Amino acid sequence: MANEQQGTQLQTAKGQLPASADGERTSTRQVFIPVTDIYETADRIVVLAEMPGVPPDGVDITLERRVLTIRGRLATREHGGYRQIYSEYGEGDYERVFTLSEDIDRDRIEASHKNGVLHLILPKAESAKTRKIELKAA
Amino acid sequence: MWPSQEFRRWAFDPFPAFDPLTGFRRMQREMSRALSELPAIATGNFPPVNLWLGENSIVVTAELPGLTTDDVDITLNQDALTLRGERHPSAEENAGWHRRERSYGRFSRAVRLPFRVDPDRVQARFTDGILEIELVRPDADRPKKITVHAG
Repeated sequence: MANEQQGTQLQTAKGQLPASADGERTSTRQVFIPVTDIYETADRIVVLAEMPGVPPDGVDITLERRVLTIRGRLATREHGGYRQIYSEYGEGDYERVFTLSEDIDRDRIEASHKNGVLHLILPKAESAKTRKIELKAA
Repeated sequence: MWPSQEFRRWAFDPFPAFDPLTGFRRMQREMSRALSELPAIATGNFPPVNLWLGENSIVVTAELPGLTTDDVDITLNQDALTLRGERHPSAEENAGWHRRERSYGRFSRAVRLPFRVDPDRVQARFTDGILEIELVRPDADRPKKITVHAG
């Protein structure tokens, strides 16, 4: 299979955010769910979210209690004199909300956005770092 | 699912001739394509592209987040544009995965252009993970406007 040769399969379709139960959005612009990788090491959680077309100043991240919200606003591109004749991906904003299972040290959060990928480093709070609990022998 | 799933790589015809059975033929084509491309759907057509047509040029845009110009090979063979490259995983040692949605690996994507283009006048740039390639129709191939003189 061509699939095996490629390693992991490369996917194209972006998920679209369903209309919220809280009401409709004011903007008619499409909102997509950024494709995201999240991994954890001993002292931090790393989030990598793909938001192609979003410039670094279009990224908005909030952490409220354990709820992490990532938003990306697409830079409006001018297509003057051009008309779209074929489309495989949609252009729009991005939004995704995660609930973190760990306490995060909010003063040491690092975020960078490069080439359309958001790189978020969330250091674990001291209290949340793994403590090994020894079992007493009976 | 993304609505443009119905479009496929080589099925793109920007200048369809008039045909009273267009709708029927399209349906027939789509059905046979749906059947023949079942395995292809799983592989995906990466990266997804959009095509923009100007007066004498065409712009191909592709979503390639995380990559830069050095990571993508762009080749042009007559009217076929090919994008090749590889995306590497960004894993760390001893990392535990919570979610792994981003895809990695080699990709090769061919796009057939609606006309021949001048290989010496190709411009490509990368902005925030979107690759944009502008290709220009050769001067000799441009449609000529014909003036009709009153007899």
